[in-house]
Amino acid sequence: MEQKYTQIRSFASTFAETYVKPLASEIDEHERFPEETVKKMIDCGMMGIPYPQNLGGSGADTMAYVLCVEELSKVCATTGVILSAHTSLASYPIYAFGTDYLKTTYLMDLNTGKKLGAFGLTEPNAGTDASGQKTVAIKQGDYYLLTGSKIFITNGIYADTYIVFAMTDASKGTKGISAFVVEKGWEGFTFGKKEKKLGIRGSSTCELIFNQVKVPKENLIGQEGQGFKIAMSTLDGGRIGIAAQALGIAKGAFEEAVTYTKSRRQFNQPISNFQHTQFILADMATSIEAASLLVYQAAKAKDTQKNFSKEAAMAKLFASETAMKVTTQAVQLLGGYGYTREYPVERMMRDAKITEIYEGTSEVQRMVIAASVLR
Amino acid sequence: MNILVLVKQVPNTTEMKINKEHGTLMRQGVESIINPDDLASVEFALTIKDEQPDTHVRVISMGPPQAKSMLTDLYGLGVDDCVLISDPSFSGADTWATSNTLAAAISRYPFDLILAGRQAIDGDTAQVGPQVAQRLGIPQITYVKQIESVTSTHVTVSKHYEDYIELSRCKYPCLLTCLSEGTSPRLGRIEYIWRSLDQPITVLSNQQLQLDPSRIGLKGSYTKVKRTFVRPIETKGQMIVQDIELAAKTIADILKKAAS
Repeated sequence: MEQKYTQIRSFASTFAETYVKPLASEIDEHERFPEETVKKMIDCGMMGIPYPQNLGGSGADTMAYVLCVEELSKVCATTGVILSAHTSLASYPIYAFGTDYLKTTYLMDLNTGKKLGAFGLTEPNAGTDASGQKTVAIKQGDYYLLTGSKIFITNGIYADTYIVFAMTDASKGTKGISAFVVEKGWEGFTFGKKEKKLGIRGSSTCELIFNQVKVPKENLIGQEGQGFKIAMSTLDGGRIGIAAQALGIAKGAFEEAVTYTKSRRQFNQPISNFQHTQFILADMATSIEAASLLVYQAAKAKDTQKNFSKEAAMAKLFASETAMKVTTQAVQLLGGYGYTREYPVERMMRDAKITEIYEGTSEVQRMVIAASVLR
Repeated sequence: MNILVLVKQVPNTTEMKINKEHGTLMRQGVESIINPDDLASVEFALTIKDEQPDTHVRVISMGPPQAKSMLTDLYGLGVDDCVLISDPSFSGADTWATSNTLAAAISRYPFDLILAGRQAIDGDTAQVGPQVAQRLGIPQITYVKQIESVTSTHVTVSKHYEDYIELSRCKYPCLLTCLSEGTSPRLGRIEYIWRSLDQPITVLSNQQLQLDPSRIGLKGSYTKVKRTFVRPIETKGQMIVQDIELAAKTIADILKKAAS
């Protein structure tokens, strides 16, 4: 890896150890959104890593961003997804498809961290099948009137700027979906149920409710009807972020397992002396290495403007399944201690599961990969 | 406003390896870090820059070429310029020769304020900062705990004593030596770190400084380290394995015997 990435990783790792790790257990326990960590991330210029400096970003690239998500997630997956959802899901659609007006009005503030972003596509009846959107945006003069609801929205009530998808022409199916930038505080925009989750419990996940919200027509991203394309393209990039989160979780659990098995003594010796332990650790390390190659390959492909849809899906599929496998093995290696909240591996195991579900389930990743190889 | 910060790269361990013949440090194989008091000085300078963005922060270090990695890291924190004073003829310098060399380099650059760490964790002399001020003929305040305020003409600082705090105000140009206690240095910003490897580090050798060879390095040092060694730790102990009351009695007897 090039030296500039080593520098970025070293910074992110120090940041994670200094500010993120000490809070990880507590924010999980109390389902508390770590606002103080977000403030620190803002101070360190982490909110717009892959975007140009003239738009308030850091002028770095996807690989640098991926390394930061990975290092944060190694100690706290909640913090990893706050950054990933903000950067990949909220900022990207404006960066890639937005007008100069949207970029100066919203992307600047997202990149500098003045505003936190979120992305609203999923609805109760529109998950993998995004064409089932019930949220509608009806054009009335200079405004669209937005009505409907979105669920499972990461960064939920703590975000300021929301990318929201809605039907502008239901007769056209996915070609009738459009994307909008919506601000917190607009009349008719409220929050619904806050989810209580298995993992990433510090992350705010809630329902967004829109009741005749007046969205200025300038806040349409791209053209009417481009929403589905924008969502899919955004999720392609988002998957690299989640893959990096999963990779971080797996690495974190692996490190815990190594430390523990070297110090835990049974039958008058460290349990790392036993071949069974060694074989498990070897398998964990090998899967993590393979996952990291896929994740970095996907990031590199995005950075070099190659088509990275298949690479991102493979990275997310493999890294998330690796995270689930490795964290489960880590709990097993730590035995009774691993099952308690005295050690972080049970949290890591709970956190790992979501990476197989959000931003496209593992099944969706297989569909994307299959579609690509059968083309 | 122009701020110069003097920094030194030091070994990150108390178990230093020492060249027995010369009594100097052997740097190979030991992880190097920026001296903690010097990092605090950088933090003070960057805090001033946060408040007054037109402030220029230049870092000057004297050391072997490896010190470049420390300076690259400092670019990652947001300093504007880094200078490394490096020449084999400068090596082995005591504080007298070091301050002579530093003062010569400093006089090439504009400055209002010079910040230095109180002392380096390897040599622990706390002499270099004060000597530099002396050589430049500028006032100095040592052992600064906090920079209280900065105006266009003066700096106000506090020094903490056991039972009182001393506030001092000094006109520019001046030199402060700073303490690391109570300061939490920033970790850097992504955009600075991303660019840090491309930032130029000016290297000054004696070709540029043109100092008299008899006044620099080991040759120009008045102090000769006769011998440096790690003090042996005596671990002579006696284990008393008895139940608690008996053990207490045994210890009391031993003490009584020793006292008599």
